[in-house]
Amino acid sequence: MNSILSALVFVLLYGVSYGVVLFTISVGLVLTLGLMRVINLAHGAFAAIGGYLAVALMNEAGVPFAAAVAIAVAATAAISVVVERLFYVDLYRASDLDQVLMTVGLMFLTTASLNLLFGPDIIPGDLPPYLARSVDLGIRAFQAYRIFVVMLGMVLILGLWLLFERTEFGARLRAAVDNRGMAEAMGIDVGRLFTIAFVLGSALAALGGAVGYPLFPLEPLYPFKYLTLVLIVVSLADFGNIKASAVAAILVGIVDTGGRYLFPVSGSFLVNALFILVMMHRTGLLRVRIA
Amino acid sequence: MSRALALIARAAIWLSLAAVVLIFPDELSFATAIVVMALFALSLDLLLGYAGIISMGHAVFFGIGAYAAGWLALAGWQEPLSALFLAALAAALAALAIGPLLLRFTGLPLIMVTFVLGVILYEAANKATAITGGDNGLTGFGFAPLFGVFRWSVFNRVEYLYALAFLCAAYHLTRRIVASPFGLALEGIRENATRMMLVGAPVRKHLLRVYVLSAFLAGLAGALGTVTTRFVSLSVFSINSSIDVVVMLVLGGVASLHGPIIGAAVYMIVHHLAAQWNPYHWMFVIGALLLLVVRIGRGGIVGIIAALAKRDRDAARSHAR
Repeated sequence: MNSILSALVFVLLYGVSYGVVLFTISVGLVLTLGLMRVINLAHGAFAAIGGYLAVALMNEAGVPFAAAVAIAVAATAAISVVVERLFYVDLYRASDLDQVLMTVGLMFLTTASLNLLFGPDIIPGDLPPYLARSVDLGIRAFQAYRIFVVMLGMVLILGLWLLFERTEFGARLRAAVDNRGMAEAMGIDVGRLFTIAFVLGSALAALGGAVGYPLFPLEPLYPFKYLTLVLIVVSLADFGNIKASAVAAILVGIVDTGGRYLFPVSGSFLVNALFILVMMHRTGLLRVRIA
Repeated sequence: MSRALALIARAAIWLSLAAVVLIFPDELSFATAIVVMALFALSLDLLLGYAGIISMGHAVFFGIGAYAAGWLALAGWQEPLSALFLAALAAALAALAIGPLLLRFTGLPLIMVTFVLGVILYEAANKATAITGGDNGLTGFGFAPLFGVFRWSVFNRVEYLYALAFLCAAYHLTRRIVASPFGLALEGIRENATRMMLVGAPVRKHLLRVYVLSAFLAGLAGALGTVTTRFVSLSVFSINSSIDVVVMLVLGGVASLHGPIIGAAVYMIVHHLAAQWNPYHWMFVIGALLLLVVRIGRGGIVGIIAALAKRDRDAARSHAR
């Protein structure tokens, strides 16, 4: 009995921590899809850049974990402003095909650059001692890092919820998602909102990449490797629906972790089965709005 | 240009492609690979260029065709023409099964779903080592001589001409299709599906039909690869081959039947020349090509040539005046 409970808590904690990192990485794509109708397949590249920067700062320059993450997020946000101005501005009105080609092209360029700068292998990064140690929760001991990630995720989700539901910025953003033309007619500068949302999404992805590197190992193919998971989350959630994407990401995290825990060999397939089921249901499952 | 002249010009082009056997006798295995990819890109052009369905997982059908041909040969069905046909049919049937589901999506969701499905199938094939051979792929099979006469060999002469004949047939079939009322209906759907629905066109049925046709051709390409190399690698299913074929198509020119063939050739040749590079460096080239195609060369290579030809014609006309 106790072992079942302990396994359950293990899967929950590991699944939720995996899920919140996935949420942090995906939420920007949900935003850009919902707001700008741009399929930014290169979104994961920002997570990779954030992760690489943070780990490089820690490994090469000895910057402490928290500062490294903060610097990496700020730097990635700055990069994303440039990228948005250079590449994405014209893309908002482009055809679906052009969007796919452009963003896949950017993904290739990122992967090639990461390999050039950091080499083809997975970059190992050590956690600071206060996160690496284990904490006894009574049932069994867990790595402090996992608990930290879950708490950070909860704070983020709450913060984003407040931002979108309780601020004027959030109201403008939701208005633009629901009806762009009407929002513009009301005097909302949608173009500027796009830039802000894009940078916010990229910064969040960078945060996910920087905090999540023990869960999502850093390698040049990172943007391709995790694109599937990110797309599954986005497909499960409604476009532009932040709350649904939080639920979807955590669900994917739990299902994936549970699957790997129960069936070590073929467990990763459980998420795919979930995706296919939901697809057959059309956008079913999460249509039960959480709002 | 009169019709007869155009016909002669086309025949001359195909004959000169066949003459590669004499001109580059040492490069025929590579040339065969180009022909296979050209057919694959052509199948995607029918779907993406004419019907406007952006599939990021078209390797699914290429892979099914490739594996079906391999399985048939391993099971003893080694007649190269019927095996090819059956393998392509398998891909078409797969499309018929998932098409009705998939084609309910449009636009961005469709792109994501095709991508994810491609990844899922690759993972499944990777896990099912008992039937796919996993990383080792399928080997240890052969095919009977073509028409019972022409033997397959390391010189790849038969292989090349056999593949080229199918590319030629598929090209002319696709030409017919896109010029038919059905083809025009597809272009109508690509431009405005709602309006086509309002004028009474069976949009869903048309889309499913072109999806199955395109899968048949993609499966044919995959099976051609298997017959000509006597080997199936797991990479036929990989998302890389799905992306590669999109790049080849847009590089050559979307919705022009020469585009996919030229694009596949250019892409494969550049890749071949860069073979000794680090594969990651090659990604700089692909990435830059993609950005270039979006930024300037909308119609790909074919589009650029057409624009240049038009400029020449206009210049000649104003000169004559």
